[in-house]
Amino acid sequence: MTALLQQAWQVGDVIGPLTAGPVSRTTIALFAGGSGDHNEIHLDVEQARAAGMDDVFAQGMLSMAYLGRLLTDAFGPTALRSFTTRFTAITPVDARPVCTGEVTAVEDGIATLDLTVELSDGTPTLMGTARVSLEGSTL
Amino acid sequence: MITSATGSASAPVTATIDRSQLRLFAKATGQTDPTWTDVTAAQAAGHTDLPVPPTFLFGIELQQEEPFGWLTQHGVDMSAVLHGTQSFDYVTPVFAGDTVTASSSITDVQVKKGGALTMVERRTDITRDAETVARLTSVIVVRSAA
Repeated sequence: MTALLQQAWQVGDVIGPLTAGPVSRTTIALFAGGSGDHNEIHLDVEQARAAGMDDVFAQGMLSMAYLGRLLTDAFGPTALRSFTTRFTAITPVDARPVCTGEVTAVEDGIATLDLTVELSDGTPTLMGTARVSLEGSTL
Repeated sequence: MITSATGSASAPVTATIDRSQLRLFAKATGQTDPTWTDVTAAQAAGHTDLPVPPTFLFGIELQQEEPFGWLTQHGVDMSAVLHGTQSFDYVTPVFAGDTVTASSSITDVQVKKGGALTMVERRTDITRDAETVARLTSVIVVRSAA
């Protein structure tokens, strides 16, 4: 980890892919408990159908948490300065979200990354950006 | 009406972040690095306690009786709601054992696509000992009944 933190990051450097899941119904339920988001549309198929869906689907914040893992694995637990995502498609049961990031700028000890989560068929589910300190754990 | 809800503030929510909750979050997100679950490993990595993952603070304000009351009180049907965007700005790191307060308010409401979609922006400040540790911004998309 130390070697990674001291690596000289450059524009074009890629982190990942981190392939998460499969996102089972158990995963979705565990994340409801772990994250505190108990929205029934993710847990109860009848509620999902009432909302016009065929089945329950994963919380968008679960995929954002996977992206968070990608970032902290690469830069350390306390390096993030900002983290933004847009949710572009739902994540169905049994999905294996693939998370990647690419460095788009390095300036004053801060790297900026573009982030993507895709399903195995290439459908993007999250698109985002992050700014991370390259000084690792110091804030 | 949600369209006139700009400025509406929610009652602050205060919670102490406990290790077992962070362990469940790690399990649910496939995080196997012991830095996030084992205090000895976290301290060996230079942390005072288990670090809080980047998106964990989103859940602080959900620790209340009616976590979606800020939408339903304005007549929003939760089955018509999607999470549009989510942002975090980090000021200082947070660890297990920290007591934090989430203070939220609706900061913007935009009606789009001829009224088919309403975008509700809400900001949440997370403070610890009255100092801001993180700022969250959510955009929630409400679909209108056809």
